[in-house]
Amino acid sequence: MAAQSDETQMSFFTTENRRLADVIVARYPKRRSATIPLLHLAQEQHGWICDDAMIEIADLVDATPAEVKGTGTFYEMFKFHPVGKYVVNICGTMSCKLMGADELMNHAEQKLGVAVGETTEDGLFTLEHAECQAACTEAPTLQVNYRHEYRVTTDDFDRLVDDLTAGRRDGDIPAHGTLARIRQEIPANRAVGAVPPEEVDGPPAWLPQEGA
Amino acid sequence: MSNETASEGVMVTINGMEISVQPGDLVIDAAERAGAHIPRFCYHPRMSSVGVCRQCLVDIDTGRGPGLQPSCMVPVSEGMVVDTESEGVKRVQEGILELLLINHPLDCPVCDKGGECPLQDQTLTFGPVESRFIEEKRHYEKPIAISDLVYLDRERCVLCDRCTRFAREVAGDPLIHFMQRGNQTQVLTFPDDPFNSYFSGNTVQICPVGALTAKPYRFRARPWDLSEVESTCTTCSVGCRINVQSSRGELLRYQGVDIDSVNHGWLCDKGRFGFEAVNSDERLGTPFVRSDSNPDELVGTDWNTALEAAASALKAASGSSVGVIGGARLSNENAYAWSKFARTVLSTDNVDAQLGDGLCAEMVMSLPRATIDDAATADHVLLLAPDLKEELPVLYLRLRGASQGSTKLIELAPAPTGLTRYTSAAHGYRPGEMGQALDELLGGATGDAMRSGRTVVVIGRPSLADSPGEVEAAVGVAQRLLPEATFLPALRRGNVLGALDMGLAPGVLPGRIANDGSSQAWIDTHWGSIPTERGMDTIAMLEAAASGRLHTLLLIGADPLADVPDRDLVERAFAGVAKIVAVDTFATASVKRADVVLPTTAFAESGGTTTNLEGRISTLGRMVTGPGTVRDDWTIAAELAWRLDADLGLESLPGIWAEIEAVAPSHARCSPSMLSADSEGVLVPLPVVAVPEPDEIADDDADTSEADTSEAEVDEEQAEGAAAVVEAPSVPASVSWSAPALVDPPAVDGYALRLVARRRLYDAAVHTSQASSLAALADDSTLRVHPAELGSLGVESGSRINVTTARATIVLQVTADESVPRGVASMGFNQPGISAAELIDHREPVTEIRIETR
Repeated sequence: MAAQSDETQMSFFTTENRRLADVIVARYPKRRSATIPLLHLAQEQHGWICDDAMIEIADLVDATPAEVKGTGTFYEMFKFHPVGKYVVNICGTMSCKLMGADELMNHAEQKLGVAVGETTEDGLFTLEHAECQAACTEAPTLQVNYRHEYRVTTDDFDRLVDDLTAGRRDGDIPAHGTLARIRQEIPANRAVGAVPPEEVDGPPAWLPQEGA
Repeated sequence: MSNETASEGVMVTINGMEISVQPGDLVIDAAERAGAHIPRFCYHPRMSSVGVCRQCLVDIDTGRGPGLQPSCMVPVSEGMVVDTESEGVKRVQEGILELLLINHPLDCPVCDKGGECPLQDQTLTFGPVESRFIEEKRHYEKPIAISDLVYLDRERCVLCDRCTRFAREVAGDPLIHFMQRGNQTQVLTFPDDPFNSYFSGNTVQICPVGALTAKPYRFRARPWDLSEVESTCTTCSVGCRINVQSSRGELLRYQGVDIDSVNHGWLCDKGRFGFEAVNSDERLGTPFVRSDSNPDELVGTDWNTALEAAASALKAASGSSVGVIGGARLSNENAYAWSKFARTVLSTDNVDAQLGDGLCAEMVMSLPRATIDDAATADHVLLLAPDLKEELPVLYLRLRGASQGSTKLIELAPAPTGLTRYTSAAHGYRPGEMGQALDELLGGATGDAMRSGRTVVVIGRPSLADSPGEVEAAVGVAQRLLPEATFLPALRRGNVLGALDMGLAPGVLPGRIANDGSSQAWIDTHWGSIPTERGMDTIAMLEAAASGRLHTLLLIGADPLADVPDRDLVERAFAGVAKIVAVDTFATASVKRADVVLPTTAFAESGGTTTNLEGRISTLGRMVTGPGTVRDDWTIAAELAWRLDADLGLESLPGIWAEIEAVAPSHARCSPSMLSADSEGVLVPLPVVAVPEPDEIADDDADTSEADTSEAEVDEEQAEGAAAVVEAPSVPASVSWSAPALVDPPAVDGYALRLVARRRLYDAAVHTSQASSLAALADDSTLRVHPAELGSLGVESGSRINVTTARATIVLQVTADESVPRGVASMGFNQPGISAAELIDHREPVTEIRIETR
């Protein structure tokens, strides 16, 4: 009963995401282990993590909003202010720098009309600087919502922006915050579930079991 | 200390000295005992080690050669070699301090911590001479208020995790946290969610730099200007040990003192900042008498006139027509003086330190008493108590801490309390049915579990809207079904248990003995003849006053209008008596109705001793002089006695204590030297000497006098053997009490809600309202009802409603609250602008209220 009226009071998560949130929380022996997955869920829904999201997550994981924010703000990939639909990170570490990252960044600023760190007025693009993206052989690189683009020339960048604006890349680059298009839900018979570690007695539940 | 005597010690070498230490000790503590102080910022002995500041790195060699390890994280092991002064250690200490100082603003001249700052002190002792850092330091907005009481200056912070750890581990209010971890790590609250913990002041005390400062102390003094004296907080009856600090004759700060048995160094904010009430401009500094020309007015006068007026008011009353109410906020010595004054001068047994909101004195005194440590180490703690977080906050901390270990808390409460979330089982009951609910609970598996281990029962008034008889019957059930259990009384006022011990209860004489004739020979030799007819308690006195049978009421630090759970009765009583004499520190609602007002000293303005809820006696420190011409209570009692042609025979606080030691059997042998021996205080009654292990207490006593010791031994034999009479007069037996039978619960009225009225920490009483920093925190003035209940009544949450009982109709704001059980409505007993006392009829077992929209 309490949970029902909680749902009506809460406002941040959509009904479907609230259901997902409960599934996520149930995966862990300790509720607060779900903090980071729920922050991802919030960012997926909203593009960035607002105070309302953290308040609701705190309630779900039995923590205070301060604890949720303290945990979340450690991570660069969680955004606590509005960002564009596409977050573009241009690598500026050595290999990319040698292969023209500065020129690329300069061009990107001109093309998008914003300085690094800013978001375009239409709310489509946020331009960011990034450190090494672990693809030095493909320099210069950038990421759009953490999906790689390799050996990017200024022409490539213009085409990328035009394609994203026109929605031609919707197939492979979802909006900021989306980790994956297919959400894997763990079947009940392979889920570890909320079992305190000291009470575990058989083999790990995620191992394929007979008859499963 | 006594580690050398431990048989299973671990031998370690610290700075070339081989010593034996306890297994499990941390190197940082072992070194401290060996005389080697290791600098530290994050380590705090009352919290878990985290090893984040790196200042305590020392060379530790466990056989693989010396290496730097944080001494707050490493427990000692056999053969360990520790060097706290090696070249490597010195370089590291300098290096860490240089690192910490890179961004530290070095604004010591304007920093409150300057002069008592671990960063400052340790930099001078262990730090580098110069910084090599010439760049711009980190800047933050400074300071920011993280609560109404605490300010945070992030530039000064060294990120030691003490405040955040305290909030999480000790207080259980993790409202401050490290944010933006990385280059910008800082302590912050969540936006619009301030650090509103009842314990926030502790973070200021344990901050090793000036990052956290308390609003009431900011820029008020420098540490080297402060005088201090050790004392015991009397805000509530937990009895936290504190240092009282003042400058220029004004109280400026209380700091917690770490004692094992009670507060572990922690204080609640109400206690910590309560000095503001002592300093209040509203304090009474001069006597008042009611004006002859205008009966609505109290006019200031001199002591002679006021004492004469008080004496004549008391003289006009005979023993049965005078009543003495209050004394629970006084020192033991002052309470003793009033108790003796009432019995020997006024010849009355109509005395009561409790205001109808407490427990039966005989019950409290005769139950086997538990200590706080007993509760914190018990297998089970059964809570039959008010909301301890609100009323006895540091006891709440201790029990919360115990619940994180192996102690199981079982709660039986009419509405959830601050401890509910830490219980292993929380049971509700409908107000009026506590005894039945407990009978059912203890009859089952829960009772079996509690009977199989060590159980402590915390007893108090879970709701002031119910009659105290309900609790007494429930305690009887607990006694019957938990025969081995011990009891911790959760009574609230600072020295209420001391006042009861001093005989400020009808039928009870100093030392927990009954005034029923059995102790006549004993008391006659000390006090002379006193009336043995049992007097009236506060409720009975007020009823007698209301029906015109009482001539004079003497209020000693009591405000019945605010505190007695039946306002109407008090109003009628005040109207019914001829004279009211009030001895108090503030012009409370009741004092304003008095005919004579005698101003008295407050906390830190007088010495003496106080008794906490365990029966632990500890000393009070005198630090400042009271306003105007205030006098100590005992001198007022002695003066009044003199004006009533009697002599109390009391001449000084030590003299009174000596008399208490002689008169009160429970306090025998509790000598001033024992009381001042250390900060822990003395639990009374003292254990019998004939225990198998050598007893430090007996040793202490031996140096006072041989005769004392032998007499004491006789006392104990009597106490043990009960009947043996060695010399006259014999020590009277302690009071006894037998539990009332369970009565059938009152019938349920389907149209009414049962009221649960409990005190909040910050309420309308003077300790909050006269402390400027705390007054605004007393804000919860609503009636809380389950939303479904509101729905069925058609009342909207947040609206103002009429709340009606047979006594009165009052207007309240109502708030939907899912934690309140169905059928119940919960409110603060005495919040600003509302008083549950107006609704309550003390004759009714429960308070049924009806709610109507206006």
